[in-house]
Amino acid sequence: MTGRPFSLDQTLNTLAAWLLALLWILPLVYAVWTAIHPGAYEARFVLTAPLTADNFIAAWNAAPFARYFLNTFLLVTLILAGQFLLCTLAAYAFARFRFPGRSILFTLVLLQLLVMPDILIVENYKTMRLLDLVDTIPAIALPYIASGFGIFLLRQTFLTIPRELDEAARIEGASILGILWRVYIPLAKPTYLAYGLVSVSHHWNNFLWPLIVTNSEETRPVTVGLSIFSAIDSGIEWSVINAATLMTTAPLLIAFLLFQRQFVQSFMRAGIK
Amino acid sequence: MTSHRSVRFRRDWIHGWLLLLPAMVFLFAFTHIPAITTIINSFYSTPRGRREAKFLGLTNYERLLDDAVFWKVLGNNLWFALGTIPVSVALAIVMALWVNDKMAGRGFLRMAFFTPTVLPLIAVANIWLFFYTPGFGLIDQLTSALFGWSSVNWLGDPATALNAVIVVTVWKEAGFFMIFYLAALQAIPVTLTEAARIEGASRWTIFWRITFPLMMPTTLFVSINAVINSFRLVDHIFILTDGGPDNASSLLLFYIYETAFRFWETGYGATLTVVLLLLLSLMAIGQFFLFDRRVHYK
Repeated sequence: MTGRPFSLDQTLNTLAAWLLALLWILPLVYAVWTAIHPGAYEARFVLTAPLTADNFIAAWNAAPFARYFLNTFLLVTLILAGQFLLCTLAAYAFARFRFPGRSILFTLVLLQLLVMPDILIVENYKTMRLLDLVDTIPAIALPYIASGFGIFLLRQTFLTIPRELDEAARIEGASILGILWRVYIPLAKPTYLAYGLVSVSHHWNNFLWPLIVTNSEETRPVTVGLSIFSAIDSGIEWSVINAATLMTTAPLLIAFLLFQRQFVQSFMRAGIK
Repeated sequence: MTSHRSVRFRRDWIHGWLLLLPAMVFLFAFTHIPAITTIINSFYSTPRGRREAKFLGLTNYERLLDDAVFWKVLGNNLWFALGTIPVSVALAIVMALWVNDKMAGRGFLRMAFFTPTVLPLIAVANIWLFFYTPGFGLIDQLTSALFGWSSVNWLGDPATALNAVIVVTVWKEAGFFMIFYLAALQAIPVTLTEAARIEGASRWTIFWRITFPLMMPTTLFVSINAVINSFRLVDHIFILTDGGPDNASSLLLFYIYETAFRFWETGYGATLTVVLLLLLSLMAIGQFFLFDRRVHYK
């Protein structure tokens, strides 16, 4: 068990792993390099290159990023709150109640893992126009609120909770929603955390649907804002674009670096269930 | 006794339905009903101004068959799937094996592999766009310094544009799939591999005879995900190539976007979406049957 003897095999593997890892991280390191140095050092890698925050300041002033951040924050919060509420209720129904149509409805839920709202952009846009919601933040959020993935994940967790616990709560006089609130939700906390992280990072990064359904500064999330900012062919310097790119990903990236273990475990938990 | 029971059952029904109601309303409104209206609208013309949509029968589908861009985009998507899925899955397995090993600096390794997963595809594309810039970009600088190649317009040349997009996608996805393999590896009992090692089996044999077969459910899960992603991920195309040059790097969903939201031909857009829906269902069914026999369940 302790300290395997030196082996060529092991050394070569370690070497290869490190090479690949460095290659993998290179694009990001490079983006950081251009963002914190003046434009003249975009492709000149000298250790003595002067550091600067000008690129970030220029990017921040060139587009309404504060507003974009606010929009993304509102969007992600709205989606997460909606998902938690709807998926919890639905998962509880599937896990603990018997009723006609249960298996058909569950199949329909699972079907959403395949046919996602992401693909149905043409029809969903029509729906939003019908509801007069085009160019609003709820329009970006609504198609994702009933998440098949979320329902499935929570149902699997609820199924592992022993029935004796809710019998006990029932004897104490707890209502159905009371049991859900006092027994199921507290015991499923790790699943909520995992699902929350996956959902937030997914919707922070989402692009196509927000691009379609928004058309003003007041509703655009950062991803759409960033694409508009960098698509302007007015000769914005690379260093400024990279600064903007890092800026928009920073909250997620910092959160990830701080809570790396939780992130990885959450994605794992969300995947294997 | 029996009446008591049936009351309990009835109450269960009502509770179940009520709990499900909100989720089902949203699920139907934004997934199932649009999927069905997509199919219906694919037989209609695009409504314009005051002119309502007209029933066209199979006209949209005839147009589809004659549409050279559609076939090109379909071919691109196939090539995109073939180019991204096997490579990113293989890389994911290798990464997971490494990170699972007691290797020096595995915290850093895991971070390096996983970080692209957290970044928005749009941001990723911005970073890579600079790499690909002809003459000035990092890749050209490297190839000219190392091999003396002249500058290549990776994204502007129809021969390389799609492959350049594939590279970015693999970079983004491999670390994500790694996580699932990592979870699978940690679920394999150590005694199994230890026993094999004592018997004198090589790492290679252990991998192919024990580890890989036991990870089959994960491979099934990951490849279904990868197939769906290969039809769903088009964000980076907006930044990198905008589908060009001459649709060389356009994918099906991107073409749907162009048709419906740049040319505002929603009728034909619906027809294209039907193809996408069909492809996804076919592949899910096919993959399930193909893998089902070979998957080892514990």
